Amino acid sequence: MSTANEIRQTFFQECDELLEALDDGLCEIDEGIADESFDLETVNAVFRAVHSIKGGAAAFGLDALVHFAHQFETVLDVMRAGELTPNDDVMKVCHRAADHLSDLVAAGRDNEIVEGDLGTEIAAKLSGLVVGSESAKPDNDTESETFGFVPLGLPIPTNTDDEDQELALNRFCVRFTPSAGLYTSGNDTSLLFRELAELGELEVTAETDRLPDLKNVDPGESYLSWVVILLTEESEQSLREVFEFVDGLCELQINLDLDATMPEGSPDATKDVDDEAQASSGVAAEESDSPTMVAASSPDSGTERAKPATGPKATVRVNLDLVDRLINMVGELVINQAVLTQCIKDAGLLDRGELSTSLAEFRNLARDIQESVMAIRAQSVKPLFQRMARIVREASELSGKDADFLTEGETTEVDKTIIERLVDPLTHMIRNAVDHGLEPPEQRRAAGKAETGHVKLTAAHRSGRVLIEVSDDGAGINREKVFQIAVEKGLIPGDSILKDAEIDNLLFLPGFSTAKEVSNLSGRGVGMDVVRSAIQKLGGRVSIFSQPGKGTTMSISLPLTLAVLDGMVVDVAGQTMVVPITAIVETLRPKAEDIHPLGADNQVVSVRNKLVPVIDLGVVFGHRRTPAPISDMVLLLVESDGSESWALAVDQIFDQRQVVIKGLETNYGHVPGVAAATILGDGNIALIIDPEETAHRSGPVADVGDRARLEEV
Amino acid sequence: MTIKVLAIDDSRTIREMLRHTLTQGGFEVHVAEDGIDGMEKLPQVAPDVVITDINMPRMDGFGVINAIRAEAEFAGMPILVLTTESAQDLKERARNSGATGWIVKPFDDGKLIGTIRRITVA
Amino acid sequence: MAETQIADFGLRELVTFRVGQQDFCIDIMMVREIRGWTPATILPHAPPFVLGVINLRGSIVPIVDLSARLGLRPSEPDDRHVIVIAVVGTQTVGFLVNAVADIIGINQSEVQPTPDVASDATRAFIEGVIVTEERMLRVIDIKTVLPKSMETAEAG
Repeated sequence: MSTANEIRQTFFQECDELLEALDDGLCEIDEGIADESFDLETVNAVFRAVHSIKGGAAAFGLDALVHFAHQFETVLDVMRAGELTPNDDVMKVCHRAADHLSDLVAAGRDNEIVEGDLGTEIAAKLSGLVVGSESAKPDNDTESETFGFVPLGLPIPTNTDDEDQELALNRFCVRFTPSAGLYTSGNDTSLLFRELAELGELEVTAETDRLPDLKNVDPGESYLSWVVILLTEESEQSLREVFEFVDGLCELQINLDLDATMPEGSPDATKDVDDEAQASSGVAAEESDSPTMVAASSPDSGTERAKPATGPKATVRVNLDLVDRLINMVGELVINQAVLTQCIKDAGLLDRGELSTSLAEFRNLARDIQESVMAIRAQSVKPLFQRMARIVREASELSGKDADFLTEGETTEVDKTIIERLVDPLTHMIRNAVDHGLEPPEQRRAAGKAETGHVKLTAAHRSGRVLIEVSDDGAGINREKVFQIAVEKGLIPGDSILKDAEIDNLLFLPGFSTAKEVSNLSGRGVGMDVVRSAIQKLGGRVSIFSQPGKGTTMSISLPLTLAVLDGMVVDVAGQTMVVPITAIVETLRPKAEDIHPLGADNQVVSVRNKLVPVIDLGVVFGHRRTPAPISDMVLLLVESDGSESWALAVDQIFDQRQVVIKGLETNYGHVPGVAAATILGDGNIALIIDPEETAHRSGPVADVGDRARLEEV
Repeated sequence: MTIKVLAIDDSRTIREMLRHTLTQGGFEVHVAEDGIDGMEKLPQVAPDVVITDINMPRMDGFGVINAIRAEAEFAGMPILVLTTESAQDLKERARNSGATGWIVKPFDDGKLIGTIRRITVA
Repeated sequence: MAETQIADFGLRELVTFRVGQQDFCIDIMMVREIRGWTPATILPHAPPFVLGVINLRGSIVPIVDLSARLGLRPSEPDDRHVIVIAVVGTQTVGFLVNAVADIIGINQSEVQPTPDVASDATRAFIEGVIVTEERMLRVIDIKTVLPKSMETAEAG
């Protein structure tokens, strides 16, 4: 059972790859439409992808998937045969079919059924493409053949003719003359007789009439005929099945010898003789040619490939757990190296030239190993981008805005988990770009733009991080409207004076939505605030840049991996803790005159004329009861959802360094305000602070229930 | 003696299924992911029977059959073609190209094993 | 110890240790290792009986003061204390105890229901007791002594 499950899992993994290849191929064909420059092998590859999905799906009884894949495949087969020239309309249907296929795969994986008429609609469009094409296979062709195939060697009780004969022994007389082709196809007469012998009592006679003199014998030719008498309870059908593979490679007569006479017996028992004779006379002549030549004439012959496709890159499939264990151990190695360095330093041996050189080498080596191991988890963002192409298609269809989707940097590699968790926020951003970013066609025309809008998705490595950008060439953010809505919703006072960038950032405030009515696209109950918090959960930041009339760009900056982070190591009331550097806007030592008490226990600090609440981490985490005097502290300015800021007060800053992230959840559970833990150079544990959560917990309007829901996004 | 099978299919799923089913059936199973890979493995494995998919990248099933039949050492090798369509024209093409027989996907485990036994000597 | 007796429940091996003035034991199958006390990093907002977390060869392992957890006096951990590292389900947890005594083999039938004399706080965590000539061993039901947040972590 577990093996079956494993194979099932393999199938769905493979489906993902095939769907990716399918999408790739379709895009490649898209690009080649104008000058018909696409490769026939691309069409072949696309066909193969769908074909393989169908093949696997059939094995797992995913009928809906098989059925749809078959319809899709039929179109691709026609295209492959050159009888359907891909144009924009054809490709549109193909893309939608690929999307639907992907849905069916997903549904199959989750044991669900895809609801709705979408499949029927696309299927209708698909069959519309093959109508009129000559090689269009009727749909029932494959179906009936597949299911009508009779299992070998099994008696068929439904056959009524057989029932009458079952008890009686039949005497069959089989006259069997192999052609040369039978032997060259790897078939063997003795094996056929062996199989016949399993059906009953067998008597074989060889007819050697056609055997020439020994010196004239051509070893490749077939001279013998056989007459076989078989006494069996089995039906003629069973006998014919034995000869299934050599049908056409021999002359075969099977007669039920009712009167125990010789072959040319009763007419009804030889009903198939005509067919056989026809087949054998036609094929046998062909078969005397060398098999190589015959096969070479077939259009699909491998030897005729115009352009041999490049071989697959050598890869090894590894269980992710193993990789994670390796990453963990390498993390240990790095920590261990730090501990060792500390020990040697404490022992006062660090200034010995050789020792410190070796230590430095050790450190570099450990870092290199760490980076290489992390690279194993890295994957290209391509599948993610392909998913987004689909989102653009759907959004464009629903909103009636034509949109071209462009991508750049698809090969950029990012940690697998980060990619997985980017799907939702990116989907939302892309939908937004089409739905809110792009103007309706008439408005674009009026503005002197092409009616078809552009949405661009790019990825690139930028100084140790990954930068992902979603941009559109729409009208840009309507800042007046955004401001007005923010005031209406009570998010900002009506007399606020905000810079353009600050207004743009209002979009990230919880509860903000510019859509007057909830549209099908973006109105899925989430706002940009959820996007932002999802990105921040990944240690990333999101920013927005908009130019009126020209468009909007959203940038996401992400760490390369979730296994390490750049941290600021700080002292919090005697406990060493780590604050992620990405969260820190700036650090400052406040002057006494900048600090103002607020209420009984609270204090605020003025930073460039803005009042920022101060949070003493020592108090928040229970390491001391009352806040320490702020003048003795260092403040870390952090920003949270919206444009709110907090100043986290710590006793001192020790260091800035990369730390290995260790989860607390496995053995303990979530600690409020704490994101994870790490192991320091001395082997001790330091907790990594979640600044956002810490700030929210200390903030006056912390709504824990709501936040818990958002964390699942 | 254990019958050695070389199974060539570009679908990992099908390869795994073949490997599982045939190993259970007492065969020694080797797999290859396309025709070129299969031809590279052929002399090393020296199988008793080859099972091959038709539509594969680089070298398809017909190419495999041609290449095998062209090698004196393996010219008489039983070769089974895996096909999704059991349509008559495909069978005919398989036969014309020199295949020994065919198996229709999705295959029944017992039938697959029976078919291999049927065309091999061991 | 009636080791030869074969009962329905079979034989069990138990690790016995001392917490405060009392003897306790847990199933040896749960114990991964026993190690000396090392200072733990304090976990904010943790219940009082959670002393913090320690680094166990790269894993972050919470330490439970068993004495405090069982409703006895909270420990003041020092070098003489011992940590019993136990695996419960997929979790690894350390229990601070005064000292580990020995390993005994018993038959499950020797485990008796907890007598009423034990305090309510302790009884909730005890699966039963084993009475030998010289002492009474309380068998700890280890799942119940995990802090609440651990249980929710497991559920989530």
